[in-house]
Amino acid sequence: MQTILGPPTLPSDDKRWKIVEATARRHGREPHALIETLHTVQESFGYLDETALRFVAASLRVPLSRVFGAATFYHFFTLKPQGKHTCVVCTGTACYIKGAPALLAGIERTYGIKPGETTPDGELSVLTARCLGSCGLAPAVVLDSHVMGRIGPGEMLNRVAKGIGQ
Amino acid sequence: MTLDELRQISEKERQSSAKFQHHVCVCTAAGCLSSGAGEVASALKQEIAEAGMQNEVEVKTVGCMGLCSAGPLVSVEGDSTMYSNVKADDAPDIIRGLDTGSNGLSHCETSAPFFSRQKKIVLENSGRIDPERIEDYIAHDGYNALVTAITEMTPQQVIQQVVESGLRGRGGAGYPTGLKWSTVAKTGEQEKYVICNADEGDPGAFMDRAVLESDPHRVLEGMAIAGFAVGAQRGYIYVRAEYPLAVKNLKTAIRQAERLGLLGNSISGTRFSFHIDVRLGAGAFVCGEETALIASIEGKRGTPRPRPPYPAQEGLWGCPTLINNVETFANIAPILRNGAAWFAAIGTAKSKGTKVFALAGRVENTGLIEVPMGISLREIIYEIGGGIPEGRSYKAVQTGGPSGGCIPAEHLDSPVDYESLAKIGSIMGSGGMIVMDETSCMVDVAKYFMEFCMTESCGKCIPCRAGTQQMHGLLEKITRGEANAADLELLQELCELVRSASLCGLGQSAPNPVVTTLKYFGDEYRAHVEGAGCAAGICQCGPEKHKEAAV
Repeated sequence: MQTILGPPTLPSDDKRWKIVEATARRHGREPHALIETLHTVQESFGYLDETALRFVAASLRVPLSRVFGAATFYHFFTLKPQGKHTCVVCTGTACYIKGAPALLAGIERTYGIKPGETTPDGELSVLTARCLGSCGLAPAVVLDSHVMGRIGPGEMLNRVAKGIGQ
Repeated sequence: MTLDELRQISEKERQSSAKFQHHVCVCTAAGCLSSGAGEVASALKQEIAEAGMQNEVEVKTVGCMGLCSAGPLVSVEGDSTMYSNVKADDAPDIIRGLDTGSNGLSHCETSAPFFSRQKKIVLENSGRIDPERIEDYIAHDGYNALVTAITEMTPQQVIQQVVESGLRGRGGAGYPTGLKWSTVAKTGEQEKYVICNADEGDPGAFMDRAVLESDPHRVLEGMAIAGFAVGAQRGYIYVRAEYPLAVKNLKTAIRQAERLGLLGNSISGTRFSFHIDVRLGAGAFVCGEETALIASIEGKRGTPRPRPPYPAQEGLWGCPTLINNVETFANIAPILRNGAAWFAAIGTAKSKGTKVFALAGRVENTGLIEVPMGISLREIIYEIGGGIPEGRSYKAVQTGGPSGGCIPAEHLDSPVDYESLAKIGSIMGSGGMIVMDETSCMVDVAKYFMEFCMTESCGKCIPCRAGTQQMHGLLEKITRGEANAADLELLQELCELVRSASLCGLGQSAPNPVVTTLKYFGDEYRAHVEGAGCAAGICQCGPEKHKEAAV
């Protein structure tokens, strides 16, 4: 059995691993840096895959089960790659009572995907947010980090279609 | 940094601002930013450069001005004129209007009740100062309270001020802040921590985000004062990863304060050192609970543990830990600056000071407001909020998010303070306030919150994990028009069980939306069950559906 003494070698030449490595090092490879390090992975790669989870576990000397536990416990982390474009529909209370369910229904009708899913061609992912804190603009939708406020299903679908270049 | 040096920075900042004849502030908090405030700010700067007025007009990007529904907002010469719904194309007109005073652009009446009925303490700098410049904060008396406290006061005197002010925790439960501080201070341990809870997970609440985005130094100053008072050297701010702008402004603010020696080692040449780190949340509502939050900072899954021991005795890494909410810390500097008596004179007998609310939903003016404790719900909704739009009528206001309740019209005159809200079945909560009209079905709203609690339950204790699931199932059944009277009884029974047997605040308060809607809107539940259908037309449970189910 292999015993890990020093920090693990980077999984590949991809420069992004160095950023992840830097976060672990900055926190002295302490187990409490787990969530911070997972944030860095997700920021750099967009999602957490098995290679990343194993690398983080070895870097911080934390059991893989605990890394997996944290990665699946927190909603912010995703283990699946996202589509090229993401559409986040806010389902906070203010957005909910001002018509967020109709927005989600519109997307499902047009693209056949529910929250958390990606179209088969990998073009569009639809997600929901607990609350964007833009309640003054309810209902709010974020298309590729561009916030659209006080929007109805028709206009939203137009903007989404334009966004993914259809 | 001494008081004299602070005064010098403040003086210099004021002089450099006084050089300009005109002052234009653009709100670039998240709300306005997403409706195009960034473009407005650059258009204004470009227009001024083209007109060669760089030495006459100052353009400042500031934090939240409050009236988010009318954004982007631009204020001119203090608050004398506030333009609403500004577009980048309006820049020439705004600049032209600086001298003449008129340009036909739409603007908000700054004397309207929305502005005049508010009392700003926490938000006094919000919308006035540039959150990315520490000098601007210092020019508005910033860090004065911290330097005064550590150079001229003892920790006991600081705590005494907080106790006398009557300040209570603004995170929702309303525990006396001074008492919490003195408990942590009294523990003899060497290592202690201060944590700022900025994990604002309630849907429909954005007060903490606005404070962090608009006036981050205010929170840092409050935390440092707390560190001095309780004897801690290190603080953490646990903030939602969903608030990127707040995180960015906080990190900038920490760097600036360290550079000026207002955070870090030997602050103001004393033996007091205080370091602050930002920790990102990762989208778990339960992490707003203090023991779950501590677990999350330690890098674990955010699950709560039984209390006692309370964090004040055994918190982060087993050390005594002081946890307060963003708004609580933001109240500290003004209390020390103006005195405990000044603060205690605002509000009611048991609830002192002001409270920030995020007013949203079916109300004319949505946005961020700060009101004295004891104001009535009616005043907030009809005077400040401007009433219900489109000629519809008021049905309920939801306070406290998934842990709070829905308040019907008959209680509109009850005052907003911790005890009164608890008496009518809701809670103060962190400050989300969502107004609903007749287009909302209260059973559907209860189902919405139960779905939230069910998904956010961490799964550690069974009453919450299984109970919320069962309650959600019953509510689904009711909204589908397939339930009977026995289901309603079972629902009521489960409310009591989950409330009394859950481990943490999430489960204990999860039944609140159901309990209050059952109590005040029982007719709607019965209409769904007995086949009259959903009056708001939201649920698919008309009389035909009911007949089908009965067969």
